[in-house]
Amino acid sequence: MKANFKYNVVWLIMMVAGFYLMNTLIMIGVIDSFIENMLVTIGINIILATGLNLIIGFAGQFSLGHAGFMAIGAYATAIITQTASTTGGFYVSIFIGIVVAIIAALIVGIPTLRLRGDYLAIATMGASEIIRILINNMKMTGGAAGMFNIPQFADWPTVYIMVCVTTIVIVNFIHSRAGRAVKSVREDEIAAEAMGINVTKWKLAAFVLGASTAAIAGSLHASYLQTIAPNDFGIMESISILIIVVLGGVGSITGTFVAAVVLGVLDTVLQNFGALRMVIYAAALILIMIFKPTGLLGTWELSIKKIFSRSKRKERVES
Amino acid sequence: MQTFFQQIINGLSLGSIYALLALGYTMVYGIIKLINFAHGDIYMLGAFWGYYVINVWHFNFIMALLSAMLVGAASGVIIEYFAYRPLRHSPRITALITAIGVSFLLENGMSYLFSSNTRDFPQIIKQVNYNVGGILISNIQILILVTACILMVLLQLIIKKTKMGRAMRAVSVDPDAAELVGININWTISFTFALGSALAGAAGVLIGLYYNSIDPLMGMTPGIKAFVAAVLGGIGSVPGASVGGFIIGILETFVQSIGLSAYKDAVVYFVLIVILLILPAGIFGKSAKEKV
Repeated sequence: MKANFKYNVVWLIMMVAGFYLMNTLIMIGVIDSFIENMLVTIGINIILATGLNLIIGFAGQFSLGHAGFMAIGAYATAIITQTASTTGGFYVSIFIGIVVAIIAALIVGIPTLRLRGDYLAIATMGASEIIRILINNMKMTGGAAGMFNIPQFADWPTVYIMVCVTTIVIVNFIHSRAGRAVKSVREDEIAAEAMGINVTKWKLAAFVLGASTAAIAGSLHASYLQTIAPNDFGIMESISILIIVVLGGVGSITGTFVAAVVLGVLDTVLQNFGALRMVIYAAALILIMIFKPTGLLGTWELSIKKIFSRSKRKERVES
Repeated sequence: MQTFFQQIINGLSLGSIYALLALGYTMVYGIIKLINFAHGDIYMLGAFWGYYVINVWHFNFIMALLSAMLVGAASGVIIEYFAYRPLRHSPRITALITAIGVSFLLENGMSYLFSSNTRDFPQIIKQVNYNVGGILISNIQILILVTACILMVLLQLIIKKTKMGRAMRAVSVDPDAAELVGININWTISFTFALGSALAGAAGVLIGLYYNSIDPLMGMTPGIKAFVAAVLGGIGSVPGASVGGFIIGILETFVQSIGLSAYKDAVVYFVLIVILLILPAGIFGKSAKEKV
């Protein structure tokens, strides 16, 4: 713990500085409500995509059902905050969303995580569609019309803090003993099993952690946008989260951040093009994939530790 | 009993459309291990081509079907050449995202160029209903079923009896070894795409006749359903795709007929998950034993 103290402090300072930078920019009016909306969407996408990157990039399990867990979080918040309309109620609803998402992830994950590759992708996609169809047909969730007038508790500081918290949890998970176990499962299941790693358990752990962060993102989404409908959480939503992960580089959390920002900005800029918007978006997607097949950053990670040790090495060479 | 057989007939005609689409998915997957998300949009292109030639050039049904198959084949080959060939040796997930990109491009490109309105497909064949022992069968249903069966038999003959079919099977087993014995891999893969996409084009014209309405986003849902059918039958297996398509079609119509149409997709996915848990490689898929 002590060895990394310096780097952790640097990260903390960066996060706090980022917060105050944004705060000042909003206060002096550089960031208007339009850009703020974009930043919040990017933040929610970052939470979703880091969770999915943990499942796909680090545990090597190809899941296409992330939107289902997001829907659980969103509906938990929508239903609870409409009756208990306080900030406390909002946090309770996030917590309940996480718990329900974990239960759903266990129900989905325990049987399906035995499948491999594309079979797993299609099974998780099916599971998430089942969740969506159930929500679509329940009375409590307002059916296909969805729910509106959800009280707004998630403003951009909440989203910013949640982005930081979920990222810290996921990055720490990846760098811990558990993370090494998960990565060994990705590299070779049989070898990992031979080394005494409980393959099913660690696959499930990554899947459940990813699902619970998706539920948090869903809660924020519902509370910020104030309207949700089951169709927001269809296959297309899962695919657009997957696009962020692959575009940034499978197995790179920094890449996920970069890709979420790039796509968020691209999306906002393309709003001006009207009907041509999705055509340009699709063409850009194909071209990036053809010319940069491993994603924007590959598996590169921004690491304060590496930067420090590099500058130290330079000093030593110079002296 | 009558409703039972009625639903079987309805399910078979819907299922044959899914089966035609699923064949394209399964062939492409078998040969380059790519989930071709754009496949459903080639089916949409086929339907639009049929709409265009029937309205403007006054083609009859056979001509429209054959020309839609040609257009489907051509677009499949072009997509493969420009979008998938450069990525043949990159991670599979990258190719998958490219396929999704191509699908977005086709859907939105068509909406942009020709507007996203739903339009009526011209009814070139007048619908006649036959009453066979209390079961209503329309001539369009028979036409769809017969066309689909002819195409599937033809496909099976091409794969099993011709030189090209043998090359396709060889490439899907081991591309490197196939290249060593003198098979032109690029040509074989293009041919596979052409075959699969031709079937999708044909399916597009048939669904236009059956449902009588087409729009640029029509390929999305049937595309995913057909992929589910391919997985259900065991992806990479040609008979599996046909059987999977029929199972999904019949299942869907049955769930609808017992008054649970809101849960129709959920039931399909549930059956899929259950079958995958019992047979992890689908019904006809070979489960490869992993060697250590």
